[in-house]
Order: sequence, then structure tokens, then C-alpha cells
Amino acid sequence: MSDPIIRIEGLKKSYAGGVEALKGVDLDIEKGEILALLGPNGAGKTTLISIVCGIVTPTSGKILVDGHDNQGDFRAARSMIGLVPQELTTDAFESVWATVSFSRGLFGKPRDDRKIEDILRRLTLWDKRKAKMMELSGGMKRRVMIAKALSHEPEILFLDEPTAGVDVELRRDMWELVRKLRADGTTIILTTHYIEEAEEMADRVGVIRKGELVALGEKKALMAQMGQRTLKITLDDAIAEIPAGLAEWGLALEDDGHALCYRFDTHAEHTGIPGLMRRLDELHICYKDLATHQSSLEDIFVSLVHEERAA
Amino acid sequence: MNPYGIKAIYRFEMARWGRTLWQSLVAPVITTSLYFLVFGSAIGSRMSDMAGVNYGSFIVPGLIMLSVLTQAIMNASFGIYFPKFTGTIYELLSAPISPLETVIAYVGAAATKAVILALVTLATATLFVEVSIDHPLWMLAFLATISVGFCLLGFAIGIWAQNFEQLQVVPMLVVTPLTFLGGVFYSVAAIAEPWRTVTHLNPILYLVSGYRWTFFNVIDVPLWTSVAVMAGSIILPLTMIVWMFRSGYRLKS
Repeated sequence: MSDPIIRIEGLKKSYAGGVEALKGVDLDIEKGEILALLGPNGAGKTTLISIVCGIVTPTSGKILVDGHDNQGDFRAARSMIGLVPQELTTDAFESVWATVSFSRGLFGKPRDDRKIEDILRRLTLWDKRKAKMMELSGGMKRRVMIAKALSHEPEILFLDEPTAGVDVELRRDMWELVRKLRADGTTIILTTHYIEEAEEMADRVGVIRKGELVALGEKKALMAQMGQRTLKITLDDAIAEIPAGLAEWGLALEDDGHALCYRFDTHAEHTGIPGLMRRLDELHICYKDLATHQSSLEDIFVSLVHEERAA
Repeated sequence: MNPYGIKAIYRFEMARWGRTLWQSLVAPVITTSLYFLVFGSAIGSRMSDMAGVNYGSFIVPGLIMLSVLTQAIMNASFGIYFPKFTGTIYELLSAPISPLETVIAYVGAAATKAVILALVTLATATLFVEVSIDHPLWMLAFLATISVGFCLLGFAIGIWAQNFEQLQVVPMLVVTPLTFLGGVFYSVAAIAEPWRTVTHLNPILYLVSGYRWTFFNVIDVPLWTSVAVMAGSIILPLTMIVWMFRSGYRLKS
């Protein structure tokens, strides 16, 4: 495997108020991948992104962007990165065209009207190029933020909660855009609350919780490794409560008593399924359907977060 | 170096100025012209000469200074404060542009505006009173230096300020009174002790005196002290700004 495009080593950040936002994060981001960072509010996702982009100063740790130290060699590091922040912060009185062109210049690229036009067209902003920022809807502003981030043709794109408060259509457009960028070789790091977003788009998923990277892996591997399967047993006749004889399996009663659900781990030595089936026979509980499904990233996420709360 | 970045910020700031020309150029020119009209044409004709210069003419350099100093601070402070206020500063902080380049761009734009304001005000003054300029090149050099100094001060204030009120405090409550008391309307030779000595503690006196020298070849204080204060007006705020960027003061957490 080639060198990672971003290498984060021992990154720590304590804010002046004493909040420890990051407690030593190590993370390698591979060139050309889409990495989704999941985590609840206040987990440290935005702090992590802000440090890589140079907006927040780390307390300790090191970041290399394509081999360039992001503090010592900040010009080389930063000119490779485009950032779409979470907040919609724009210059209200500027036109779309002016604000996107401004970003290109700010990031050290010579004027290139054709490039800007191309970006605006891709984001369906061309018709709005003369509009002032304050005249745009929230969704349009979000598009402009993306256009600004892409204006200097970055190799790495950070999207901080790109689809928060965005309608379905724009979300789909955005996913489409991200896929195209990836096809062009852009490395994309996105943070999100929406598990479906990570599931839909990411190659790898990292879960951040209370300033620590608690899980990281290929989306599929992560799901297989951590994923549990659920066996749903649809009963002939509804039951009011789970019989005492089934207590050891920790079943859940669903569908108004018409279904029993059993969660199991495919990697465990014993899934417990054969025993459960025998016990159902012994108790003369008849069923008409059996179905299993893989738990989603959302389930994994919820269980990770719950683990912490219980701890 | 990131020349495109400097250019982008400079143009952005000049465009912002262009949008608010009434407020940032026309209004101060009109206000200053009212002084020329009242103190220069109307009252000035009844006043005796000041240091051998016709009173209406005598006040012109000082009034230009008054306008330049306050506008330089306000414009430069607003330029950096507003992105902080709206949050668009994220882009500046994440851009491959050094603190020095940032300062060159913002302060360069603000100083350009201050110099244009001064020249327009000067041109307007000639409509009301007779103005001669003995040392035109020095007039421009002093004007540019003082503009840069007070734009640097304004830039530092813009980083320091945490609300709009704080932006106004220094230009309104410090610079304006000091300028009024800094010999704009009179020669310090004309005032009695102990106020004459007290006036010499006012740094703006030295700027006004030096700037007036370029017009009429008259001075309140030795010329070298004026030059020293000008140098100080650049070095002090620049030191503050360097420290602010190094420590991330009110810019980065």
C-alpha cells in the first residue's frame, strides 16, 4: 500500500476551558478513499477536521499531508485541502461568482474563469452566479460552500456534516458529486450523523467517541466484524409474554407478540440457535417463518455509544 | 509567497469599499468639508493667522489627519473583525497564506482607502480655502506612512474586538479626542502652561505637526520627533499583530 495521503499521529487537543476534545488520535487516510467519521455531537469530529485544516492549533501530535507537516510546511499542506465547514458562513453581499473566485485566489491559484464556470455548472449554480449570497436558500448556500472548497482543485476534500439540514434531492446530488470526485481521484473525508450516508458512500468508517477513535475499518469488514445478526421468528399465534423457558436467550417480543427476535454473533463459538430451536419445540411454540438480517452501521454505532454510557 | 491570495483579499476589501462608498468616502469627505466651510471660510476670515499661516488653511492638514486616522482604524478593524463575526474567517485560517501576507493584503487595502480619502478631502478643501503644499512628496510619504500605521492599529483592534462596540471605542473615544487636542485647530505655542506640556504627551500632536510641515513649512515640535512617532505608530501595532498571530490570540482556539 502506498503512503497515506494524511497521517495523523498522537493528536491531542485540550481547549482553554479544560475540555479535552481529542485524546490522542492516530489515523491514516489513504489516497483516493472516502472515509466517513461517525460520532455523536461533541465527539471531536469537527475539532479533528479543524486541526488538519489549520483552523485549530493542536495541543500535541503531528499531521502530515502528503508528507508535508501541516504546521511547518503549511502552504504545501493547506493548498491540497478543500474544506466545507458545517456552518453556512458566507459573505452576504458577495455574488456567487465573486465568492467562488475569491476562494481560488486565496488558495494561491491564478484566475481561471473556465474552471470556475465548470464548478458552478457541476453544482447547478451557474444560473445563480450573479445572485448575492444573501438571496440564496440554505441548500444553494451549501452548494456554494462546496464550490468554494473545490475552486482551487484540492486533492483532499473535507465535508463536515455535508447533508445536515439538506433536502433529499440535494443530498442525492451531493452523494453523486462525491462519487464523481472520488472517481477523479479526490480523497474525501466526511463527518456525518446519518449512518445511511456512511453506509451509502464510505469505503472506510471511523467512529469517534469522546475524543477517541474507537473503531476504524473497511465499512464491510467493520460491519462483519462488529455486526450482529438478528433472527426473527414469526409465530403462528401471538403470545403475551416470553415464556420463562426462553429466558436464557434474552429474546425480544415484537409485532404485538407475533414475533420473537434473537440477536446473535456469527463469530461466536456457539450462536445458540440450535438450542433455541429445540427449546421452542419442547415448549410447543409453533412458527411459520424464520428470517435473519445483518445489523446495520446504525446498530453498530448505537451499540458502541451505549457501551460507553454503560461503562 | 502567495501573491494570488494577497490579490484576492485586496480586491475583496476594495470591492467592499466600493459597495459602501457613501459611508466610507462621501460621508467623511462631507463632514470634513463642513469644518472647512465653518472654520475655514466663515470663522477663519475673522481669526488671526496661526504661525504665519492663514487660519482657514492652517487647519486643513490637521482635519485631513482627523479623517484619515479614524477612517483607517475603522476600515482596517472592520475588515478583519467582520469575517470573525460571520465565521467566514475559517477560510482565511485554512488557506495557504502566511500572517504577513494576510496583513499586507488587509492593511494594504485599508491604507489605500485612507490615502484616497485624504486626497479627495484635500481636493475638496481647495474649494473652500487656499492650500499650498511646500513638500508634496513628503506630504504623500507621511500620509502613506501614517495611514499604514493606523491601519495596522485598526487591524490589531479588529482581532482584539469581541463585539461591534469595542470596534468603535478606540477611534471614537481615544483617537478623535486626541486628534482634536493634538493641535488641529491651533498651534500649541498658542496655549498656556500646564496644558502646553500636557499636549506634548499626545502622540497625535507629532503626526499633525509633521504633516502640517509638509504643507506650510511650520512646526509645533521638531520634525525628527514627528518621524519617530510615525515609526512608532507602525512598529507598535505590528508587534502586537505578530504576537496575535503567533499565539493565535482571538483567531484560533
